[in-house]
Amino acid sequence: MNNLENLEKKINSELNTKINKTEIKHNQVYIEIDKEDFIDVTLFLKTNNDTKFRQLIDITVVDFPERDQRFSLVYLFLSHEFNQRVVLKYSISENEVIPSLTSIFPSANWMEREVFDMYGVSFKDHPDLRRILTDYGFEGHPLRKDFPLTGHTEVRYSEDKKKVISEPVKLEQNFRNFDYESPWEGTKYIQEEIDINDKKN
Amino acid sequence: MTKKIKNLNLNFGPQHPAAHGVLRLILELDGEIVEKADPHIGLLHRGTEKLIENKTYMQAVPYFDRLDYVAPMNQEHAFALAVEKILKIDVPIRGQYIRVIFCEIGRILSHILNVTTQAMDVGALTPTLWGFEEREKLMGFYERVSGSRLHANYFRAGGVHQDFPQGLEEDIATFCETFPKIINDLESLLTDNRIFKQRNVDIGVVSKQDALDYSFSGVMIRGSGVPWDLRKSQPYDCYKEIDFNIPVGKNGDCYDRYLCRIEEMKESVSIIKQCLSKMEKGPVKSLDGKISPPPKKDIKQSMEALIHHFKLFTEGYRVPNDEIYTAVEAPKGEFGVYLISDGSSKPYKCKIRAPGFSHLQSMDYLIKGHMLADVPAVLGSLDIVFGEVDR
Repeated sequence: MNNLENLEKKINSELNTKINKTEIKHNQVYIEIDKEDFIDVTLFLKTNNDTKFRQLIDITVVDFPERDQRFSLVYLFLSHEFNQRVVLKYSISENEVIPSLTSIFPSANWMEREVFDMYGVSFKDHPDLRRILTDYGFEGHPLRKDFPLTGHTEVRYSEDKKKVISEPVKLEQNFRNFDYESPWEGTKYIQEEIDINDKKN
Repeated sequence: MTKKIKNLNLNFGPQHPAAHGVLRLILELDGEIVEKADPHIGLLHRGTEKLIENKTYMQAVPYFDRLDYVAPMNQEHAFALAVEKILKIDVPIRGQYIRVIFCEIGRILSHILNVTTQAMDVGALTPTLWGFEEREKLMGFYERVSGSRLHANYFRAGGVHQDFPQGLEEDIATFCETFPKIINDLESLLTDNRIFKQRNVDIGVVSKQDALDYSFSGVMIRGSGVPWDLRKSQPYDCYKEIDFNIPVGKNGDCYDRYLCRIEEMKESVSIIKQCLSKMEKGPVKSLDGKISPPPKKDIKQSMEALIHHFKLFTEGYRVPNDEIYTAVEAPKGEFGVYLISDGSSKPYKCKIRAPGFSHLQSMDYLIKGHMLADVPAVLGSLDIVFGEVDR
């Protein structure tokens, strides 16, 4: 498609029942869908002659622990032909299993392994769903918001056992997370005065 | 009587000089032919994304230096652009030129390292010695502008930390005059070298379709003949005012990727020259006191500047609720930042898209059917740096 508005229209008209919401911002189209329609929408974006999103840039998850559907899956696609990007999103709850993209985009393999490693989201029909970035035998999913920054275990070389052992974290000093958040825009009447001045200029 | 032959499993790395860092590669060998390669990564995983979620936007910048540590400023650039777009602030034109100059210096840094170490992997030692002398000069520029040779922490949302010190522009210009000769020297050692060609031509061939399927970017996709460069197709900062060419390969093998890198270094020199000639005096960072810290001189005299300084270095600036994906053409390929801000002074989520991650993933497909001795050659031409692969 020659521009983003046309692309948005095209996606909405061709897939109207499957799209929950579309939005153009920062020169990209953001599409929200349901989990069930994910494979269909991806195939459409990849194969349709007016979209041709033939490169998967990345897969990631955003964790919102306070929501019912805790994880928001984010897929970034790029079309070389039309020089456009789309961001495809859908939400799932904690224990849902989602379809794997590896049969459509081979590069999804490691990206999904990373998502599995970091957030504990499982993929159906993934050829090789192992941890990727964390250590052998690691427990937990580090990028979840309820995983502590310092982690649970630390490793060291034990002179007695002559090997590297892992034990619970012992910190000499707690992580200092000061709360600096305070209003610094000034009091309300100053803000109003600034706004009035802005309007004058 | 039949004898059963079993494939040999070989553990390559993580402490192997040709593994370019801490790659552990489990190779399944049938004689000398590689049947399967299973890269184990994560030995340099530091949890960068988790750490960034717990730091203010300004404190997050140094983490980007530590990703691809051979071209630190290109990474910072992606993050700075993402924050700028959400905050809707403009970068003064001099700031843009300085950023582009240092991005291109980063590109030369990275390509020198890659080209020369790839040569070393296939048996040539001299290019490394010649190339590293030039890297030393470039890191000298890094040091003069930011105070450190590697982990610069120089780019900011809204511009760069400070202007060039006296004499730096002239010295970079001098470098641009002398460096092309060094590229020619490197080429005279490698480009027509019989051994180098035997080790690289027709090794690790990537077709156009595979380059798309495996999410390749940068030299990996250009080497296969796709003229795709974010500096041209989705220009950021002042790239659209600069005239440069995009070298593309024909065959998509290790040798073409080497040639692309050599040509890109020449283009980078020309970009730096153009920036130096177009650059004028002026501010280098946004003048908005709520985003960029005031000059030291003002803090002594102005109460407002003092408050700004205090608030910026304790709370940091707040970024409104938004989400964005920004990508830059880093030396290794498309380096992107997917940033979600929630109105506080810390990012809610910062996903880093590292080009090396998807390149290394294709190792199995690239090396299948090649000889064991080709593993370092392919690995070298993928241009892997573990800082960014493991994050």
